[in-house]
Amino acid sequence: MSCHTAQELIHGYIDCELDGQQTAEIERHIHECKGCGGIYRNQLTLSSALRDTTLYFKAPEDLKRRIRTSLQIEAKTETTNKHFGWGWSLMAASLAVVLIATTLWKFAPSFRASSSDGLVAHEVLADHIRSLQLTSHLTDVLSTDQHTVKPWFNGKIDFSPPVRDFADHDFHLYGGRVGYLNNRVVATLVYQRRGHFINLYIWPVETTSNAKESSMQLQGFNLIQWTNSGMTFWAVSDLNSMELQEFVRYVQQ
Amino acid sequence: MNTRKKLTSFEEAVLPHLDAAYNLARWLTRNDADAHDVVQEAYLRAFRFFGGFNGMDGRAWLLGIVRNTSYTWMQQNRSPGQSVPLDDEIYEIESNELNPEALLQQTADSKMVREALEQLPVEFREVLVLRELEEFSYKEIAQITALPIGTVMSRLARGRKRLQQVLTKGKSVEV
Repeated sequence: MSCHTAQELIHGYIDCELDGQQTAEIERHIHECKGCGGIYRNQLTLSSALRDTTLYFKAPEDLKRRIRTSLQIEAKTETTNKHFGWGWSLMAASLAVVLIATTLWKFAPSFRASSSDGLVAHEVLADHIRSLQLTSHLTDVLSTDQHTVKPWFNGKIDFSPPVRDFADHDFHLYGGRVGYLNNRVVATLVYQRRGHFINLYIWPVETTSNAKESSMQLQGFNLIQWTNSGMTFWAVSDLNSMELQEFVRYVQQ
Repeated sequence: MNTRKKLTSFEEAVLPHLDAAYNLARWLTRNDADAHDVVQEAYLRAFRFFGGFNGMDGRAWLLGIVRNTSYTWMQQNRSPGQSVPLDDEIYEIESNELNPEALLQQTADSKMVREALEQLPVEFREVLVLRELEEFSYKEIAQITALPIGTVMSRLARGRKRLQQVLTKGKSVEV
Protein backbone atom coordinates (compact mmCIF):
# COMPACT_ATOMS: atom_id res chain seq x y z
CA MET A 1 0.00 0.00 0.00
CA SER A 2 1.33 3.42 -0.93
CA CYS A 3 1.59 6.21 1.65
CA HIS A 4 -0.85 8.26 -0.44
CA THR A 5 -3.55 5.57 -0.26
CA ALA A 6 -2.79 4.92 3.40
CA GLN A 7 -3.27 8.58 4.32
CA GLU A 8 -6.61 8.58 2.56
CA LEU A 9 -7.75 5.47 4.41
CA ILE A 10 -6.53 6.50 7.87
CA HIS A 11 -9.75 8.41 8.55
CA GLY A 12 -11.95 5.51 7.52
CA TYR A 13 -9.83 3.32 9.79
CA ILE A 14 -10.23 5.64 12.78
CA ASP A 15 -13.99 5.76 12.14
CA CYS A 16 -14.28 1.96 11.73
CA GLU A 17 -15.68 2.36 8.22
CA LEU A 18 -13.24 0.05 6.36
CA ASP A 19 -13.85 -3.54 5.36
CA GLY A 20 -11.77 -6.43 6.77
CA GLN A 21 -9.19 -6.49 4.01
CA GLN A 22 -8.58 -2.72 4.00
CA THR A 23 -8.32 -2.78 7.78
CA ALA A 24 -5.64 -5.49 7.69
CA GLU A 25 -3.66 -3.61 5.01
CA ILE A 26 -3.73 -0.25 6.74
CA GLU A 27 -2.78 -1.80 10.08
CA ARG A 28 0.25 -3.40 8.47
CA HIS A 29 1.20 -0.12 6.75
CA ILE A 30 1.02 2.17 9.77
CA HIS A 31 2.97 -0.40 11.73
CA GLU A 32 5.77 -0.45 9.16
CA CYS A 33 5.79 3.18 7.91
CA LYS A 34 6.98 5.69 10.49
CA GLY A 35 5.49 8.72 8.69
CA CYS A 36 2.01 7.29 8.27
CA GLY A 37 2.16 5.87 11.80
CA GLY A 38 2.76 9.41 13.10
CA ILE A 39 -0.16 10.82 11.11
CA TYR A 40 -2.40 8.05 12.43
CA ARG A 41 -1.46 8.75 16.05
CA ASN A 42 -2.00 12.49 15.59
CA GLN A 43 -5.45 11.95 14.11
CA LEU A 44 -6.32 9.52 16.86
CA THR A 45 -5.30 12.06 19.50
CA LEU A 46 -7.41 14.69 17.81
CA SER A 47 -10.39 12.39 17.50
CA SER A 48 -10.39 11.50 21.18
CA ALA A 49 -9.89 15.16 22.13
CA LEU A 50 -13.09 16.00 20.23
CA ARG A 51 -14.99 13.38 22.17
CA ASP A 52 -14.32 15.36 25.34
CA THR A 53 -17.76 15.82 26.89
CA THR A 54 -17.13 19.47 27.70
CA LEU A 55 -17.39 20.22 23.99
CA TYR A 56 -20.98 19.01 23.95
CA PHE A 57 -23.57 21.76 24.31
CA LYS A 58 -26.48 20.53 26.41
CA ALA A 59 -29.87 22.12 25.81
CA PRO A 60 -30.77 24.78 28.40
CA GLU A 61 -33.46 23.80 30.90
CA ASP A 62 -36.15 26.20 29.74
CA LEU A 63 -35.88 25.20 26.08
CA LYS A 64 -37.79 21.96 26.55
CA ARG A 65 -40.61 23.76 28.29
CA ARG A 66 -40.78 26.33 25.51
CA ILE A 67 -40.83 23.69 22.81
CA ARG A 68 -43.61 21.78 24.56
CA THR A 69 -45.66 24.97 24.77
CA SER A 70 -45.19 25.84 21.12
CA LEU A 71 -46.00 22.25 20.11
CA GLN A 72 -49.24 22.40 22.04
CA ILE A 73 -50.14 25.67 20.32
CA GLU A 74 -49.32 24.10 16.96
CA ALA A 75 -51.38 20.99 17.74
CA LYS A 76 -54.30 23.17 18.76
CA THR A 77 -54.07 25.12 15.50
CA GLU A 78 -54.10 21.87 13.53
CA THR A 79 -57.17 20.66 15.39
CA THR A 80 -59.00 23.95 14.87
CA ASN A 81 -58.23 23.94 11.17
CA LYS A 82 -59.47 20.37 10.87
CA HIS A 83 -62.70 21.00 12.74
CA PHE A 84 -63.53 24.37 11.36
CA GLY A 85 -62.46 23.45 7.88
CA TRP A 86 -60.89 25.62 5.25
CA GLY A 87 -64.10 25.95 3.31
CA TRP A 88 -65.97 27.63 6.11
CA SER A 89 -63.26 30.00 7.17
CA LEU A 90 -62.60 31.05 3.59
CA MET A 91 -66.27 31.59 2.95
CA ALA A 92 -66.72 33.58 6.14
CA ALA A 93 -63.63 35.64 5.39
CA SER A 94 -64.65 36.46 1.84
CA LEU A 95 -68.16 37.32 2.95
CA ALA A 96 -66.72 39.73 5.51
CA VAL A 97 -64.45 41.28 2.89
CA VAL A 98 -67.33 41.83 0.49
CA LEU A 99 -69.52 43.33 3.21
CA ILE A 100 -66.87 45.67 4.50
CA ALA A 101 -65.73 46.69 1.06
CA THR A 102 -69.29 47.51 0.04
CA THR A 103 -69.87 49.48 3.21
CA LEU A 104 -66.70 51.45 2.78
CA TRP A 105 -67.45 52.16 -0.86
CA LYS A 106 -70.93 53.45 -0.04
CA PHE A 107 -70.30 55.41 3.09
CA ALA A 108 -66.81 56.73 2.75
CA PRO A 109 -66.77 58.46 -0.64
CA SER A 110 -64.22 61.00 0.54
CA PHE A 111 -61.60 58.29 0.64
CA ARG A 112 -62.47 56.74 -2.68
CA ALA A 113 -60.37 59.12 -4.69
CA SER A 114 -57.62 59.60 -2.14
CA SER A 115 -54.07 58.41 -2.38
CA SER A 116 -53.02 54.77 -2.45
CA ASP A 117 -52.22 55.12 1.25
CA GLY A 118 -55.89 55.81 1.84
CA LEU A 119 -56.84 52.63 0.03
CA VAL A 120 -54.31 50.67 2.02
CA ALA A 121 -55.71 52.21 5.19
CA HIS A 122 -59.12 50.81 4.35
CA GLU A 123 -57.66 47.43 3.60
CA VAL A 124 -55.80 47.50 6.91
CA LEU A 125 -58.91 48.56 8.80
CA ALA A 126 -61.02 45.88 7.10
CA ASP A 127 -58.51 43.27 8.17
CA HIS A 128 -58.46 44.66 11.72
CA ILE A 129 -62.25 44.43 11.97
CA ARG A 130 -62.29 40.98 10.42
CA SER A 131 -59.70 39.76 12.90
CA LEU A 132 -61.96 40.81 15.77
CA GLN A 133 -65.17 39.38 14.30
CA LEU A 134 -63.96 35.82 14.41
CA THR A 135 -61.68 35.06 17.32
CA SER A 136 -60.15 32.23 15.30
CA HIS A 137 -58.88 34.91 12.90
CA LEU A 138 -57.08 36.99 15.47
CA THR A 139 -53.98 34.86 15.84
CA ASP A 140 -52.33 31.94 14.10
CA VAL A 141 -49.78 31.70 16.85
CA LEU A 142 -51.08 32.52 20.30
CA SER A 143 -48.23 33.36 22.61
CA THR A 144 -47.00 36.12 24.86
CA ASP A 145 -43.43 34.98 24.30
CA GLN A 146 -41.55 36.89 21.61
CA HIS A 147 -39.18 33.92 21.25
CA THR A 148 -42.15 31.79 20.24
CA VAL A 149 -43.77 34.34 17.95
CA LYS A 150 -40.69 35.46 16.02
CA PRO A 151 -39.44 32.01 14.89
CA TRP A 152 -43.02 31.08 14.03
CA PHE A 153 -42.87 33.53 11.08
CA ASN A 154 -39.84 31.78 9.59
CA GLY A 155 -40.64 30.05 6.34
CA LYS A 156 -44.06 31.71 6.16
CA ILE A 157 -42.91 35.15 5.03
CA ASP A 158 -39.85 36.40 3.18
CA PHE A 159 -38.78 38.99 5.75
CA SER A 160 -38.10 39.05 9.44
CA PRO A 161 -40.39 41.38 11.39
CA PRO A 162 -39.22 42.83 14.72
CA VAL A 163 -41.12 41.08 17.53
CA ARG A 164 -40.99 42.50 21.04
CA ASP A 165 -43.19 42.34 24.07
CA PHE A 166 -43.98 45.62 25.85
CA ALA A 167 -45.68 44.06 28.85
CA ASP A 168 -43.63 46.36 31.09
CA HIS A 169 -45.56 49.25 29.58
CA ASP A 170 -48.89 47.39 29.70
CA PHE A 171 -48.92 46.55 25.99
CA HIS A 172 -48.97 42.77 26.10
CA LEU A 173 -47.88 40.69 23.16
CA TYR A 174 -50.84 38.42 22.39
CA GLY A 175 -49.78 36.55 19.28
CA GLY A 176 -49.20 36.84 15.56
CA ARG A 177 -50.60 35.81 12.21
CA VAL A 178 -49.85 35.98 8.52
CA GLY A 179 -52.24 37.81 6.22
CA TYR A 180 -52.61 39.23 2.74
CA LEU A 181 -52.80 42.98 2.27
CA ASN A 182 -51.81 45.52 -0.36
CA ASN A 183 -51.19 42.62 -2.79
CA ARG A 184 -48.62 40.90 -0.63
CA VAL A 185 -48.14 38.64 2.36
CA VAL A 186 -47.80 40.62 5.57
CA ALA A 187 -46.92 39.83 9.16
CA THR A 188 -49.37 40.91 11.84
CA LEU A 189 -48.53 41.16 15.52
CA VAL A 190 -51.34 41.36 18.03
CA TYR A 191 -51.03 43.31 21.26
CA GLN A 192 -53.48 43.89 24.05
CA ARG A 193 -54.08 46.63 26.56
CA ARG A 194 -57.06 46.38 28.95
CA GLY A 195 -59.12 44.30 26.56
CA HIS A 196 -58.37 46.52 23.56
CA PHE A 197 -56.56 44.81 20.74
CA ILE A 198 -53.89 46.44 18.61
CA ASN A 199 -53.02 44.92 15.27
CA LEU A 200 -49.54 45.86 14.08
CA TYR A 201 -49.14 45.15 10.36
CA ILE A 202 -45.63 44.91 8.93
CA TRP A 203 -44.37 44.39 5.41
CA PRO A 204 -41.21 45.34 3.49
CA VAL A 205 -41.17 48.31 1.11
CA GLU A 206 -38.76 49.27 -1.61
CA THR A 207 -37.79 52.63 -0.21
CA THR A 208 -34.97 52.72 2.32
CA SER A 209 -35.78 56.20 3.60
CA ASN A 210 -37.67 56.38 6.87
CA ALA A 211 -40.96 58.22 7.04
CA LYS A 212 -42.44 59.84 10.12
CA GLU A 213 -45.76 58.51 11.23
CA SER A 214 -49.04 59.81 9.93
CA SER A 215 -52.21 59.11 11.84
CA MET A 216 -55.85 59.01 10.82
CA GLN A 217 -59.23 58.11 12.19
CA LEU A 218 -61.67 55.87 10.35
CA GLN A 219 -65.03 54.74 11.69
CA GLY A 220 -63.91 55.38 15.24
CA PHE A 221 -60.67 53.44 14.90
CA ASN A 222 -57.24 55.01 15.13
CA LEU A 223 -54.58 54.16 12.57
CA ILE A 224 -50.92 55.16 12.60
CA GLN A 225 -48.56 54.43 9.74
CA TRP A 226 -44.79 54.89 9.39
CA THR A 227 -41.80 53.46 7.56
CA ASN A 228 -38.57 52.35 9.13
CA SER A 229 -35.58 50.20 8.04
CA GLY A 230 -37.19 49.19 4.77
CA MET A 231 -40.45 48.11 6.39
CA THR A 232 -43.80 49.81 6.57
CA PHE A 233 -45.83 49.61 9.79
CA TRP A 234 -49.54 50.12 10.42
CA ALA A 235 -50.87 50.15 13.95
CA VAL A 236 -54.67 49.91 14.26
CA SER A 237 -56.83 49.89 17.35
CA ASP A 238 -59.94 51.18 19.03
CA LEU A 239 -57.66 52.54 21.74
CA ASN A 240 -57.65 56.33 21.97
CA SER A 241 -55.10 58.08 19.80
CA MET A 242 -52.90 59.11 22.75
CA GLU A 243 -52.40 55.54 23.89
CA LEU A 244 -51.89 54.28 20.38
CA GLN A 245 -49.21 56.96 19.91
CA GLU A 246 -47.59 55.72 23.10
CA PHE A 247 -47.58 52.18 21.73
CA VAL A 248 -46.01 53.37 18.47
CA ARG A 249 -43.22 55.07 20.46
CA TYR A 250 -42.26 51.77 22.06
CA VAL A 251 -42.29 49.96 18.73
CA GLN A 252 -40.07 52.62 17.21
CA GLN A 253 -37.53 52.53 20.04
CA MET B 1 -53.64 10.16 13.04
CA ASN B 2 -55.54 12.49 15.36
CA THR B 3 -53.63 15.47 16.69
CA ARG B 4 -53.44 14.35 20.30
CA LYS B 5 -52.04 10.99 19.30
CA LYS B 6 -49.63 12.67 16.90
CA LEU B 7 -48.40 14.97 19.67
CA THR B 8 -47.87 12.05 22.05
CA SER B 9 -45.91 9.92 19.61
CA PHE B 10 -43.94 12.96 18.44
CA GLU B 11 -42.94 13.75 22.01
CA GLU B 12 -41.88 10.15 22.52
CA ALA B 13 -39.86 9.83 19.31
CA VAL B 14 -38.35 13.28 18.89
CA LEU B 15 -38.28 15.19 22.17
CA PRO B 16 -35.59 12.94 23.78
CA HIS B 17 -33.12 14.18 21.14
CA LEU B 18 -33.28 17.77 22.30
CA ASP B 19 -29.65 17.81 23.49
CA ALA B 20 -28.42 16.54 20.12
CA ALA B 21 -30.52 19.14 18.32
CA TYR B 22 -29.21 21.94 20.51
CA ASN B 23 -25.61 20.74 20.24
CA LEU B 24 -25.72 20.76 16.43
CA ALA B 25 -27.54 24.11 16.19
CA ARG B 26 -25.12 25.65 18.70
CA TRP B 27 -22.06 24.46 16.78
CA LEU B 28 -23.49 25.65 13.47
CA THR B 29 -24.71 29.07 14.60
CA ARG B 30 -21.98 29.56 17.25
CA ASN B 31 -24.41 31.53 19.37
CA ASP B 32 -26.70 30.56 22.28
CA ALA B 33 -29.65 32.75 21.38
CA ASP B 34 -29.62 31.72 17.71
CA ALA B 35 -29.35 28.04 18.63
CA HIS B 36 -32.32 28.50 20.96
CA ASP B 37 -34.50 29.96 18.21
CA VAL B 38 -33.29 27.51 15.56
CA VAL B 39 -34.10 24.48 17.70
CA GLN B 40 -37.53 25.79 18.54
CA GLU B 41 -38.28 26.44 14.88
CA ALA B 42 -36.85 23.04 13.88
CA TYR B 43 -39.14 21.27 16.36
CA LEU B 44 -42.16 23.05 14.92
CA ARG B 45 -41.15 22.04 11.40
CA ALA B 46 -40.48 18.49 12.53
CA PHE B 47 -43.94 18.35 14.05
CA ARG B 48 -45.52 19.54 10.81
CA PHE B 49 -43.56 16.97 8.77
CA PHE B 50 -44.05 14.20 11.33
CA GLY B 51 -46.43 12.42 8.95
CA GLY B 52 -43.41 11.76 6.72
CA PHE B 53 -41.41 10.20 9.55
CA ASN B 54 -41.26 6.46 8.96
CA GLY B 55 -39.93 5.25 12.27
CA MET B 56 -36.26 5.37 11.28
CA ASP B 57 -33.71 6.84 13.69
CA GLY B 58 -35.49 9.84 15.21
CA ARG B 59 -32.23 11.55 16.09
CA ALA B 60 -30.88 11.46 12.52
CA TRP B 61 -34.25 12.58 11.15
CA LEU B 62 -34.47 15.51 13.56
CA LEU B 63 -30.86 16.59 12.99
CA GLY B 64 -31.51 16.78 9.24
CA ILE B 65 -34.26 19.31 9.96
CA VAL B 66 -32.11 21.16 12.52
CA ARG B 67 -29.33 21.44 9.95
CA ASN B 68 -31.63 22.88 7.26
CA THR B 69 -33.21 25.28 9.73
CA SER B 70 -29.76 26.44 10.88
CA TYR B 71 -28.65 27.17 7.32
CA THR B 72 -31.83 29.09 6.54
CA TRP B 73 -31.41 30.99 9.77
CA MET B 74 -27.79 31.87 9.05
CA GLN B 75 -28.67 33.07 5.55
CA GLN B 76 -31.45 35.29 6.87
CA ASN B 77 -29.75 36.70 9.91
CA ARG B 78 -26.15 37.18 8.93
CA SER B 79 -24.34 39.50 6.65
CA PRO B 80 -22.66 37.59 3.84
CA GLY B 81 -18.95 36.94 4.03
CA GLN B 82 -18.91 35.71 7.58
CA SER B 83 -18.44 32.12 6.62
CA VAL B 84 -16.27 32.25 3.54
CA PRO B 85 -14.40 28.96 3.24
CA LEU B 86 -10.67 29.40 3.40
CA ASP B 87 -8.62 28.52 0.40
CA ASP B 88 -7.76 24.86 0.69
CA GLU B 89 -4.43 25.10 -1.04
CA ILE B 90 -3.00 27.51 1.48
CA TYR B 91 -4.12 25.49 4.44
CA GLU B 92 -3.40 21.95 3.37
CA ILE B 93 -0.28 20.74 5.11
CA GLU B 94 1.76 17.65 5.42
CA SER B 95 0.74 16.57 8.84
CA ASN B 96 3.49 13.99 9.22
CA GLU B 97 5.89 16.80 10.00
CA LEU B 98 4.02 17.55 13.19
CA ASN B 99 5.10 16.20 16.47
CA PRO B 100 2.50 13.98 18.21
CA GLU B 101 3.59 15.13 21.68
CA ALA B 102 3.02 18.78 20.81
CA LEU B 103 -0.44 17.97 19.53
CA LEU B 104 -1.24 15.93 22.61
CA GLN B 105 -0.33 18.88 24.77
CA GLN B 106 -2.58 21.20 22.76
CA THR B 107 -5.57 18.90 22.76
CA ALA B 108 -5.38 18.46 26.53
CA ASP B 109 -6.79 21.97 26.74
CA SER B 110 -10.45 21.59 25.79
CA LYS B 111 -10.98 25.35 25.56
CA MET B 112 -8.38 25.48 22.82
CA VAL B 113 -9.98 22.56 20.99
CA ARG B 114 -13.34 24.28 21.20
CA GLU B 115 -11.95 27.49 19.73
CA ALA B 116 -10.15 25.64 16.97
CA LEU B 117 -13.33 23.79 15.99
CA GLU B 118 -15.34 27.02 16.05
CA GLN B 119 -12.90 28.58 13.60
CA LEU B 120 -13.38 25.88 10.99
CA PRO B 121 -15.62 26.66 8.01
CA VAL B 122 -19.13 25.39 8.66
CA GLU B 123 -18.98 22.53 6.11
CA PHE B 124 -16.07 20.94 8.00
CA ARG B 125 -17.42 21.82 11.42
CA GLU B 126 -20.73 20.06 10.80
CA VAL B 127 -19.28 16.72 9.69
CA LEU B 128 -16.83 16.73 12.61
CA VAL B 129 -19.60 17.45 15.12
CA LEU B 130 -21.82 14.74 13.64
CA ARG B 131 -18.98 12.20 13.60
CA GLU B 132 -17.06 12.91 16.80
CA LEU B 133 -19.67 14.40 19.11
CA GLU B 134 -22.76 12.54 17.90
CA GLU B 135 -20.90 9.42 16.72
CA PHE B 136 -22.94 8.95 13.55
CA SER B 137 -21.69 6.60 10.82
CA TYR B 138 -20.69 8.00 7.42
CA LYS B 139 -23.95 6.70 6.01
CA GLU B 140 -26.02 8.50 8.64
CA ILE B 141 -24.05 11.72 8.18
CA ALA B 142 -24.68 11.50 4.43
CA GLN B 143 -28.37 11.14 5.14
CA ILE B 144 -28.48 14.13 7.54
CA THR B 145 -26.46 16.46 5.33
CA ALA B 146 -27.84 15.20 1.99
CA LEU B 147 -24.24 14.82 0.77
CA PRO B 148 -22.75 11.81 -1.04
CA ILE B 149 -20.77 9.46 1.26
CA GLY B 150 -17.56 10.26 -0.64
CA THR B 151 -17.96 13.96 0.15
CA VAL B 152 -18.62 13.19 3.82
CA MET B 153 -15.37 11.18 3.93
CA SER B 154 -13.24 13.80 2.24
CA ARG B 155 -14.69 16.64 4.34
CA LEU B 156 -13.95 14.70 7.51
CA ALA B 157 -10.37 14.07 6.40
CA ARG B 158 -9.83 17.70 5.39
CA GLY B 159 -11.60 18.99 8.47
CA ARG B 160 -9.35 16.98 10.76
CA LYS B 161 -6.23 18.11 8.95
CA ARG B 162 -7.27 21.72 9.28
CA LEU B 163 -8.17 21.33 12.91
CA GLN B 164 -4.79 19.83 13.62
CA GLN B 165 -3.16 22.69 11.79
CA VAL B 166 -5.09 25.36 13.67
CA LEU B 167 -4.14 23.70 16.96
CA THR B 168 -0.45 23.33 16.22
CA LYS B 169 -0.26 26.77 14.64
CA GLY B 170 -1.54 28.24 17.90
CA LYS B 171 1.33 26.45 19.59
CA SER B 172 4.04 27.86 17.37
CA VAL B 173 2.70 31.40 17.87
CA GLU B 174 2.79 30.92 21.60
CA VAL B 175 6.36 29.63 21.77
